[in-house]
Amino acid sequence: MCTVCGCGEGETKIEGHGHDHEHPHDHVHDDHHHHDHEHTHSHEHGHDHGHAGSHEHTHDYGQGPAHAHAPGLSQARMVQIEQDILGKNNAYAADNRRWFEQHGVLALNLVSSPGSGKTSLLTRAISDLTGELAMAVIEGDQQTSNDAERIRATGVKAIQINTGKGCHLDGHMVGHALQSLAPDNGSVLFIENVGNLVCPAAFDLGEAHKVAILSITEGEDKPIKYPDMFHAADLMLLNKIDLLPYLDFDVEQCIDYARRVNPRIKVIQCSAKTGEGMPQWYQWIRATRQITMINQPADQTASPSAQV
Amino acid sequence: MNCTSSIRYNPVHEMSLCEGILQILEDESRKQGFTRVKQVWLEIGELSGVEVEAMKFGFDAVMRGSLADQATLHIVPLPGQAWCMQCARPVTVKQRFDACPDCGSYQLQVTGGDEMKIKELEVE
Repeated sequence: MCTVCGCGEGETKIEGHGHDHEHPHDHVHDDHHHHDHEHTHSHEHGHDHGHAGSHEHTHDYGQGPAHAHAPGLSQARMVQIEQDILGKNNAYAADNRRWFEQHGVLALNLVSSPGSGKTSLLTRAISDLTGELAMAVIEGDQQTSNDAERIRATGVKAIQINTGKGCHLDGHMVGHALQSLAPDNGSVLFIENVGNLVCPAAFDLGEAHKVAILSITEGEDKPIKYPDMFHAADLMLLNKIDLLPYLDFDVEQCIDYARRVNPRIKVIQCSAKTGEGMPQWYQWIRATRQITMINQPADQTASPSAQV
Repeated sequence: MNCTSSIRYNPVHEMSLCEGILQILEDESRKQGFTRVKQVWLEIGELSGVEVEAMKFGFDAVMRGSLADQATLHIVPLPGQAWCMQCARPVTVKQRFDACPDCGSYQLQVTGGDEMKIKELEVE
């Protein structure tokens, strides 16, 4: 099994990449190797293990059979580990984040339900921003490379990650994809996550911001039905706003719900189809990119059109 | 299992987390020299989005055949905590979209209760 994502090993496929771990991460797959040696590790702790005896319990367990004083508990001992369950993913994400910082890449993690119009929003943004910004895309889906092909048709480099049974992208997969994709310094990297409002909230990819996309064909209560995702996002794009006359969607109520789970979330109403609200999104991308570039040398901050 | 409407039927998310737990157990077994895990204590914040029943189900399934086969899982819940911007003091919340229990405002910043941690293990 692969790190934290729970997908079967070999299930994850990155285009042009066999998921073969030549990367520098320490990553052990399916290793059930056990040590047989007697440990002598001494470990102080204050736990009562159900010892019925009334003696003062001043020594610890990890001393091997010689110190056993209760049947069945001979070698048992307590180990305090205090580890975050997502610690491994967070370490991969931190590696990615460092890489993004070093290369002045603004990484945006686009999250939504399936069918919210993420890919359409992205292809429109790419065609509108080509010439102004360097861009690259990582596409996450359980199967098919249809979305990466849609993006590549715009002329921007894209790589598809198929998560197989996995329900989200993780930091490890994105690290691999970065090696193959090699986004340009100073570019904007859009990471289109698997359509799912649950798991992607918990798995940091190293992005600067999560952008949640909610289409008004969904219910206005999505932000409180899936509060973790809207809590984790910095921007909510309310997409398909052109359909408002035909639906009973309450925009104000939806924004109110989003602010309940995340008081600082920014909201932009837009339509990838008509282009309404898209300039505001682009403005957010530009402003955010400027912040990303603060510590970059001046020659990397130039836009592609300025370099031509 | 008594499946109430509040339990998700597809514990994919919790299964993923259990895979993460198993990996940590295996790493720790090498580092700390143990071969069996008998009990696992997790600290799970009430705002972490983890469904406890799904976690227990996923845990048993994922640990089968591993060093933690048949291990007992204990889940220690941690309360959701937030800072109410109106009251300017910390409050306890059950869900991310709860209002401040005192003033009713939704201007809350969650400050704790989204932890997902392995606290300690009983091993041999």
